[in-house]
Amino acid sequence: MLLIRCPYCEEERPELEFRNAGEAHIARSANIAGESDDDFEKFFFIRSNPKGIIHERWRHMHGCARFFNAVRDTVTDKFIMTYKAGEPKPSKLPEISNEVVAK
Amino acid sequence: MAKAATKKATTVATLSVERRPALAGRTTSAPAVKIEVLPPAERISLRAPEASVAALSKALGVTLPKKPKTSASKAGRTALWLGPDEWLVIDEAGNDPLADCAGVSALHSAVGISHRNVAIAVTGAGAAATINAGCPQDLSLDAFPVGACSRTILGKTEIVLSRNAADAFRVECWRSFSDYVFTFLSEGSRDAAV
Amino acid sequence: MSGAFRIPSAGRLSQAKTARFSFDGQSYAGIEGDTLASALLANGVHLVGRSFKYHRPRGILSAGAEEPNALVEIKRDAARKTPNVRATVQELYDGLAAQSQNRWPSLSFDVGAVNDMASPFFSAGFYYKTFMWPKAAWKSLYEPKIRAAAGLGVSPDQPDPDHYSSRYAHCDVLVLGGGAAGIAAALAAAETGVRVILADEQAEFGGSLRFESGARIDGQDGFAWAQGAVAKLAAMDNVRVLSRTTAFGYYAQNFVGLVERVSDHLKAPGHELPRERLWQVRAKRVVLASGAIERHMVFADNDRPGIMLAGAARTYLNHYGVAVGKNVGVYTANDSAYAAAIDLKKAGVNVAAIVDLRDNPTGPVIDEARALGIEVNFGRAVIRAGGKLRVSSMTVQPKNGGGERTIPVDAILMSAGWTPSVHLFSQSRGKVAFNDETKRFVPGIYAQDCVSVGACNGTDGLSASLDEAYAAGAKAAKDAGAKTARGMKPKVDASESWSRGMLGAAPGAGSDTTVKAFVDFQNDVTAKDIRQAVHEGMRSIEHVKRFTTNGMATDQGKTSNMHGLAIAAETLGKPIPEVGLTTFRAPYTPVTFGAIVSHARGPLFDPTRRTAIHPWAEAQGAVFEDVGQWKRAWYFPKAGEDMHAAVDRECVAVRKTAGLFDASTLGKIEVVGPDAAKFMELLYTNPWEKLEPGRCRYGIMLREDGFIYDDGVVGRLAPDRFHVTTTTGGAPRVMNHMEDYLQTEFPHLNVWLTSITEQWAVIAVQGPKSRDIIAPLVEGIDMSDEALPHMSVREGKICGVPTRLFRMSFTGERGFEVNVPADYGQAVWEALWAEGQKHGAAAYGTEAMHVLRAEKGYIIVGQDTDGTVTPNDAGLDWAVGKKKADFVGIRGMARPDLVAKGRKQLVGLKTKDPKVVLEEGAQIVEDPKQAIPMKMIGHVTSSYWSQNCGRSIALALVAGGRGRMGDTLYVPMPNGVIEVEVTGMVFFDETGGRLNG
Repeated sequence: MLLIRCPYCEEERPELEFRNAGEAHIARSANIAGESDDDFEKFFFIRSNPKGIIHERWRHMHGCARFFNAVRDTVTDKFIMTYKAGEPKPSKLPEISNEVVAK
Repeated sequence: MAKAATKKATTVATLSVERRPALAGRTTSAPAVKIEVLPPAERISLRAPEASVAALSKALGVTLPKKPKTSASKAGRTALWLGPDEWLVIDEAGNDPLADCAGVSALHSAVGISHRNVAIAVTGAGAAATINAGCPQDLSLDAFPVGACSRTILGKTEIVLSRNAADAFRVECWRSFSDYVFTFLSEGSRDAAV
Repeated sequence: MSGAFRIPSAGRLSQAKTARFSFDGQSYAGIEGDTLASALLANGVHLVGRSFKYHRPRGILSAGAEEPNALVEIKRDAARKTPNVRATVQELYDGLAAQSQNRWPSLSFDVGAVNDMASPFFSAGFYYKTFMWPKAAWKSLYEPKIRAAAGLGVSPDQPDPDHYSSRYAHCDVLVLGGGAAGIAAALAAAETGVRVILADEQAEFGGSLRFESGARIDGQDGFAWAQGAVAKLAAMDNVRVLSRTTAFGYYAQNFVGLVERVSDHLKAPGHELPRERLWQVRAKRVVLASGAIERHMVFADNDRPGIMLAGAARTYLNHYGVAVGKNVGVYTANDSAYAAAIDLKKAGVNVAAIVDLRDNPTGPVIDEARALGIEVNFGRAVIRAGGKLRVSSMTVQPKNGGGERTIPVDAILMSAGWTPSVHLFSQSRGKVAFNDETKRFVPGIYAQDCVSVGACNGTDGLSASLDEAYAAGAKAAKDAGAKTARGMKPKVDASESWSRGMLGAAPGAGSDTTVKAFVDFQNDVTAKDIRQAVHEGMRSIEHVKRFTTNGMATDQGKTSNMHGLAIAAETLGKPIPEVGLTTFRAPYTPVTFGAIVSHARGPLFDPTRRTAIHPWAEAQGAVFEDVGQWKRAWYFPKAGEDMHAAVDRECVAVRKTAGLFDASTLGKIEVVGPDAAKFMELLYTNPWEKLEPGRCRYGIMLREDGFIYDDGVVGRLAPDRFHVTTTTGGAPRVMNHMEDYLQTEFPHLNVWLTSITEQWAVIAVQGPKSRDIIAPLVEGIDMSDEALPHMSVREGKICGVPTRLFRMSFTGERGFEVNVPADYGQAVWEALWAEGQKHGAAAYGTEAMHVLRAEKGYIIVGQDTDGTVTPNDAGLDWAVGKKKADFVGIRGMARPDLVAKGRKQLVGLKTKDPKVVLEEGAQIVEDPKQAIPMKMIGHVTSSYWSQNCGRSIALALVAGGRGRMGDTLYVPMPNGVIEVEVTGMVFFDETGGRLNG
């Protein structure tokens, strides 16, 4: 079970309290009704599904109930950082690797 | 609303019906812990932006906490921080917090949930161990001190957990989950002396 | 005397505490503190089981959790039968009853052993190659036969009467393994005051100190020191000491699963103790002190009972006071077996010879063995063992060939060296590194906040291990936040040390295909099988593993993996690191389902939700159905009524007089704030801005894709307050959906959502007499049609308690839904029921509710829709605000496929024979005479007998359905084709006049 830092609760909490909510930073058009088929397809269907760093939405469902954003590495399954909903995509990611070579 | 309601009110005899709280009076004991269903209380779910907190605190007579996982109590009324704009206000003194908020013009949402929740007290040296049978949070006094509160998980359901003393917790859950929660806590208490 | 092989002067058990036990019906005496294995050996019993594939007689290989052979069934009573218990782990208690497995009719004469003779047919990959043809036979013939013939123990066939508990725990430093290193690490951490958990899988702490007679720490015998140190730890408030506790899985972010065996070792556990306790521990730092496991020598017939690991024989002697034989041989490739030989010799056991594969080893143990008069042979191999049910001899030959010599023995102690237990480290996603000099994999790159110490880290010798562990424990505590350290490092006064050894097949493994030199005892994998796998083209060790099943048994190859890898590497002609190690996965040792399930059984399997009115319905004899987690009254049978009769009566009563229905499970959300209407406009297809307070509207919610997600009646209580209802099953996801949009797409709106599903009990009163029933109990609400028209809502009082009274109908009759605070639900229901009785009202359940709404063509989301139905498909275009610029789903709904011709549309169906009731889900075709597979143009979504209509009715999704009114379609069923006519969806009161009737 992962520990996920909730940016609203300001601490790490057990994964059981959270729910993933898909990729982040996919803006819904203010004029969605006027969107072309191609644009709607991109908005609604197309996801990056990267190997490595992904920006995704989580909800602290059984905690503060807030949606927030997280940066996670899909290879190591490690959360690199989390930030509040509405905040911009972080331009720089913190270094979190704790890989240590044994003596 | 009120106007429409009273316009052509038909007169009827004033009736009264019995209140039947879920699990009323249910209690169980294990060597290190006691679990009891608490009597009904008045409750509201209060939602408000930062700017309204002062006015609401004043109206409620208790300062709404702004720090995550904390609560504030005064005169039988407790405000639990559940989220950045969300508080659970519990009144055990028989006063109605919904009425107190009604006069507040500052932006907010107060919704009565007195009957939605059931409260269960878990007390004794094994209280934390009992809850940890199904709650994944760290309940040591460092991580979850007296006065701490949090919405979280117990087994397969959601609860609101608060700590009244080192060995006393209050577990709030929705009415229809109370049987499950009580049974779970009873089961957990069997092994809480370890 | 508890067994002829017990040596009174040896071991640590108190001879006074005798425990009787039985094995295969034969009664024996053991001593408290014994394992089943040590007690059997004390009685001279080596033969304890038959192997998995060849049914070869097997004995006890080890003295610990790595045991591949000695698997037995422990039976306490009819329901408490545990198969595949390792005799080396099971502690003895008075009255223990064990049985051997995988043999018939008896352990010493097993018919299945014919497999051993037929073994040329059972070689590696045998199952894959042999049972390929005919394909159909796999399922019907081969698989059941193979499963019956193979397998280990037999599953218990009764519900498990024991209970299991679970606990989430948090600590600063978690130490896994309670040998010298683990204890030292725990001491160092605990002395700083941080929270420490120390766990060990054995009943007693000490690890290899159990057998290392040469270890002395702080002036004491090593094992005695361990007991003292653990007692000291256990007395500290900040330390939890867990014995009999196996760390079975190491997961992300230092989350470790442990199972504590609480009562399997007790004679009469009683009902209060759980059988096992699952610990789910989150640690800031983990110290791995999991030790090392000795490897066997791979030579012909190395599986004969009586052949065991040297360290195990030494444990049986030094801890349990048991000699594993009277005349033992030793076969080794490293020093450690010498220590076993020396201890046994000193205890009076004859050591026939030590056979050492090494050419000219030197060292104190070798000198000591010689000084004790033990025959030591260098550069020689044991090429085969004699005997069948028990080893009787070992045949020795110079390792490069030459004359053979057969030495009679009754046990062979073997040691090919020690494999560091990197299982948990590997599970933590750490990467191991191969040390070419010592020929072992040790922790390389760490992936989590943990550290390995002692033998599992490849650190040789007690002194070095203790130093390393103590420092690591102190550092882990410091890293976890400890401020001070005030302990004293234990001092090692004397220790043993060895390393090296060999990997792979010894010369005695032979190349002859008839030789069985076992690599993996539990899965019966021989050196030849591994070589064959390579010859047949397997290159990756992962392929070799799966082809041969090496390391895939319940022991997870603890003794076999390295040998298998080395043989594969040798056959491939590649260095070991290039061939690679297979991945270690959880669980480290088997975990019971009971421990994993823990509390989640019976009433705690899943929450069962009941409404406030449930007790009344139960008392009335209602039959309930499960709707999600809810129990809902399905129908209320009177004496002599079946479901059909009850539902017919309930349906008729509602339309004739009135019915009461418990609608409390409907989801309810209070939407409050100045922007409430704006928010509703965005979340529902309907317009809301102009809905007046006091009025209601049927709302449809779409997902962004344009498909119907939920529906429900929404009442506007005030300009800034809506009372929204959702489907019962949809309540949680609708709330999540609304919160998602509110928080992330429309956060500028000043509005908040609160679930009030459980605040209000809801009593639907429906039927021509509904108003007459409610009115006498209501205060402050004008119940006239003018003041309270259909689709309106008022707040007032009923029976003296607050109510939100909705005038609405899901039956097509005049109807109300009375919301009252939940704790008053039952009392208000009873009051309404009493009123209803005056008018002949009935209580109705969910089945009648379904029929009544279908008679009116009202849809149920999730039954008549399936996530691919648009409002237009459902005939609900009228509920979509045409002038709205935005709502969730507005764009999705306009996608080309969703507006294309020929989409499936909801229509009514009437069977030509009114008595025939269609099956829900039945497929619909245009031409029943067409060839199979027929072209299906739709399916039945709802179908009932309608007593009110005097015929069956159905709703269906049919391609281009609304253009087929009056057409005849067909529903092919196994016993004939049913003719149906396409109709409108309303079967009863088409004009809707009854809403005000």
